[in-house]
Amino acid sequence: MKILTKAPIKSLLAATGLLLSLSLASVAQAREVTITTELNAYRGDGAYLAIYLTDAAGTYTRTLWVAGGKSKYYKHLLDWARGSGLKAAEYDGMTGASVTSGKSLTITVDINDALIDAGYLVRVDSAVEDLRENRGDAEIALTSQGAGTPVAGRVYVKTLSYSL
Amino acid sequence: MLRRLHSLPGLVAALLLVVLATSGAVLSLNPALERAVATVPARGEVNVAELAASVVQQYPGAEQIERLPSGAVLVYFSVDGNPGADLVDPLTGTALSAWEPSAYFTWMKDLHRAFLLDDVGRAAAGIGAVLMTLMCVSGAFLLASRAGGWRKLLAPIRGSGSQRLHTELARAAVLGLLISALSGAWMSAVRFEWVTEAEELEAEFPAEVAGTAPAPVGSLQALQGVDLRDLHQLILPFPDDPQDVYSLRTHQGSGYVDQATGQWLAYADYGAPAQWQTFIMELHTGEAYWWLGLILGVAALTVPVLAVTGVIIWWQRRRSMPRLVGNTPAPTADTLLLVGSETNTTWGFAKILHDGLTEEGCRVHVAPLNQWTGRYPKAQRLLILTATYGDGDAPASAAQFLHKFGSTQQPGSQPKPAALPWAVLGFGDRQFDHFCAYADQVAGALQARGWPQLMATDYVDRQSGQTFERWAAALGAAISVPLNLHYTPLRPATRTLMLIDREDFGAEVNAPTSILRFRSGTPHRSLPSFVAGDLVGIFPPAGVADSAVAIDSTHSGTSHVPRFYSLASASRDGVLEICVRRQEHGVCSRFLCDLKIGETADGFIQKNPRFQPARGKSPVILIGAGTGIGPLVGFIRSNRTHRPMHLYWGGRLAESDFLYKDTLHACLADHRLARLNVAFSRGPKPAYVQDSLRVDSAQLRELIAHDAQILVCGGRRMATDVATVMDALLAPMNLSVAALKQAGRYLEDTY
Repeated sequence: MKILTKAPIKSLLAATGLLLSLSLASVAQAREVTITTELNAYRGDGAYLAIYLTDAAGTYTRTLWVAGGKSKYYKHLLDWARGSGLKAAEYDGMTGASVTSGKSLTITVDINDALIDAGYLVRVDSAVEDLRENRGDAEIALTSQGAGTPVAGRVYVKTLSYSL
Repeated sequence: MLRRLHSLPGLVAALLLVVLATSGAVLSLNPALERAVATVPARGEVNVAELAASVVQQYPGAEQIERLPSGAVLVYFSVDGNPGADLVDPLTGTALSAWEPSAYFTWMKDLHRAFLLDDVGRAAAGIGAVLMTLMCVSGAFLLASRAGGWRKLLAPIRGSGSQRLHTELARAAVLGLLISALSGAWMSAVRFEWVTEAEELEAEFPAEVAGTAPAPVGSLQALQGVDLRDLHQLILPFPDDPQDVYSLRTHQGSGYVDQATGQWLAYADYGAPAQWQTFIMELHTGEAYWWLGLILGVAALTVPVLAVTGVIIWWQRRRSMPRLVGNTPAPTADTLLLVGSETNTTWGFAKILHDGLTEEGCRVHVAPLNQWTGRYPKAQRLLILTATYGDGDAPASAAQFLHKFGSTQQPGSQPKPAALPWAVLGFGDRQFDHFCAYADQVAGALQARGWPQLMATDYVDRQSGQTFERWAAALGAAISVPLNLHYTPLRPATRTLMLIDREDFGAEVNAPTSILRFRSGTPHRSLPSFVAGDLVGIFPPAGVADSAVAIDSTHSGTSHVPRFYSLASASRDGVLEICVRRQEHGVCSRFLCDLKIGETADGFIQKNPRFQPARGKSPVILIGAGTGIGPLVGFIRSNRTHRPMHLYWGGRLAESDFLYKDTLHACLADHRLARLNVAFSRGPKPAYVQDSLRVDSAQLRELIAHDAQILVCGGRRMATDVATVMDALLAPMNLSVAALKQAGRYLEDTY
C-alpha cells in the first residue's frame, strides 16, 4: 500500500523539483502542498470548513482555506475563529463555496519548507446549519512521511490527507 | 386598478404561492411537535451550570449543549471517537432519545425556501413572499371597499359560493399571511443582501486564560448566572486543554468563561438590531412562539383554497361580461358607459349600445358602475344603464357606485371630475313596486351635483327591446350621433328539465298552487349546481304566449323573457323543486302548472346569494306566505346542524292549501325545524302571518336579542305588512327593520 502510493508522489516531486530548479529558484523554501478533505454523507446543507495550520501546541499559525460563502457564519468555526480573530486579512483570497455531503475539497497551498517535519498540524473545523459545530473535526501532522496517508475525521470529515 | 393589482399577481403566482404556503404550513408543525415531547423547566428552576454538570456526568464526552427554540435540550458528544447527539432531560441530563434531523422536515424546508433549487429557487421564494405581501395588502383594500369602509370590515359577507368562501377565508387569514409574507420577504432580502444585515456583536476572543486546574462545571459562577431559558449554545472545553474555554451563546449575547476561575473572560450583547432581526426570523419559523407558528400555519393552509377560488372568481368575472371588441381604455374614452347589472342581462344592452356608438366613431369605455374612479380626462358624456335589485337596492355590479361617486365629489377630494352631461336608462319589471328605483337614485345623485342632464331618464320594462331602441334613437339625437340599434336578446344557456312529480293544492280557495319536481331532461346529464333560495329562470315555449298578454310587441310570441322561481331544493337533493301559483294571466305560471309528468321546460339557474341564511349557529326566523314557503322549506330541509329555525307562514285554508304540511311536521320531529307557526285567512280562526308575529312579539324579540336572522319570502304586499309589524315589535329594542337590513340580518325575497 505504502509503496504503491509513494511511487507517483516521488515522480511528482521529481517533476516539481525540476521545474523549481529551472525557473523558480528564488521560492525554493516554499513547498506546494495539496490538501484533500473528503466528507462523509450526512443529512444537511453544505458544510463550512476552516482548514488551517497550528503549531505543536495547537496554537493557530495561519489559514489555508475557508469553505463557505457567508462570512457571518465563520464564527461557528470556533477554534479557527478564535485563533484568526476572524480578521479578514487572515483569510482574504482563501475562501470558496461550502462543501456538500459526501463531496471532497482539494486545495493547493504554498507552505514554508521549514514548517514540514517541525510538529505543525493541518486542522479542520467544521459547521453545518442546524447541526453540530466541530472544533478539530480532523487534524493531521505535516511530515514528509505522512504525505499521502489519509487520517480519519470525527464528524463530517471522512478523511483528511495531503501530498507534498 | 386595485382589483387588477390583486388578480394579476395572483394569477401569475398562484402555483408558487400554493407550494410556499403548503410547505410552510407543514413546517409550522415542527416547533409544536418538538415542544410537545420536551421537558421545559420554568425560569429560575435550572441554570446553565447545573445543566452542564448533570450532562457531563451522563456524557463524559459531551462537546456541545444546545437549547432548541422549542425548549428541548440537545447534547452533542463523542464516544470512542464516534459522534452522537441525544435529546436529554434538562433536570437530570439523562438521555430521552437519540436525535437526528428529520429527513422529511429537512426536505420540506428546502422545498419551502428554495424549491429544492438552491439560489434560483431562493430568489423565486423571495419573489413569492413579495407577491404574497402585495396580495394581502391589495386584498385588504378590496375587502374594505367591498364592505363599504374599514369600520365595516367585520360585517357579514354576502356573495355566492367561491366569492364568499374567498372573502371569508381571506378576512380570517390575512393578518397571519401578512406576518408570514413580510417576514419571509425580509429574510429573502437579507439573504440576497438587498438590506444590510445587522451583524451580531461578538465578544472579543480571550487573549489569556488562568490555565490552572479546571473547576467542576457546576461550580462556575458565570454559568450559574445564566438561566436555562436564556441558553442557546454552550461549547465545552476539550478535557485535556488548559488553554481552552467555555463558549456560551444566549439569546441576548455571547461570551467566554474561564474553566478554572468560572469568571467571564469576555461577554458582549448582540445588540438591539441583531436581536430584532433574529426575532423576525423566529417569528417566521414559529420558533419564537410555537403557538403563533401553528396559527400562521393554519392561515397558510387557506392559500390553496384562496388560489383556487380566486382563479374561479376571476374566470367568472371575465365570463360574465360580454366580450367587448374594442373597449376603449378609460383615460382616452370620450363616452363612458357604466353598467349596473345583477343577472347580466343589462350587459347585453350595453354591448349593443357600445357597438353602435363605436361604429359611429365614438370612443366608448364600458365598465361596471362599481369601477367608477372619477378619472376620465377625455370624457364628454356619461351614460348609465342600470337594473334595480329587490326593494330599490343597487344591483351587484353597482353596489359601491353611489359611495364612490359621493367620495370623488367631496371638497378637496382627488381627483374631482369635471361635470359630465349624462343620461340614465333603468331596467326593471313594472310588476314590482320599486320599479327602476335604483336608476332614479343614480339620476338623483347626478342631479344633486348639478351635472347637466342630456335627456330624461327612461325605463325599460322586462327587457323590452322596443323601449331600448327608442331611447337609443333619442340619445343619438341628443348627442348628434345617428343611432339605429336593433336589440336581439342574449338568451342564457338553458337545460331541459323534465317534470317527474307534482302535488296540487288550493283549488278550493281559488289559489291553485303546485309543487313541481324536475329532473334533468337530457339523458346522462345531471342538474346544474344550485342551493335552496337560488332561482330558476324558465322560458315558456313560444306557442304558450297568450295574445292578450303581449310581453313585447316587437317579439310577440318568442317569449325571450324568463320568469324566475325560488328553488325549494338543492342540487344535491337530486331534484329541482319549485312552488308555483297559477296566475290567470301568467304565461309562464300557467305553462308550468299545466305541465304533465314527463313533459319538459327550458330553464337556467340564477344564483341568489343575497337570500341565504348567514352561516353559524344563531337562530333563523323564516317568514312567508303562499308560495313564498318554497325557499324557506329548502332552508329547513338542509338544516343538518339543527340550528333553531322558526317558521311563520300564512295560507288560506288549512284543508286546502297547507303546502308542505308533511315535510314540515317531519322536520319538527327531527328538530331541523324548532317551531312551526301557521296562520290561515279562512277557517274557524282567520288570521294572517302578521297576526302570528304580533302574538309572538316577546319570543321574537328574545330571538333577535340572540342574533337571530330574519328571512322573508312572499308577495310584496305581505312583505310590506310584515316589515310594519316587525318595526313596531323592534322599536322597544331600539332597533328597526332598516337597521337589521343594514347589518345583513333582515333579508327579503319578494315578487
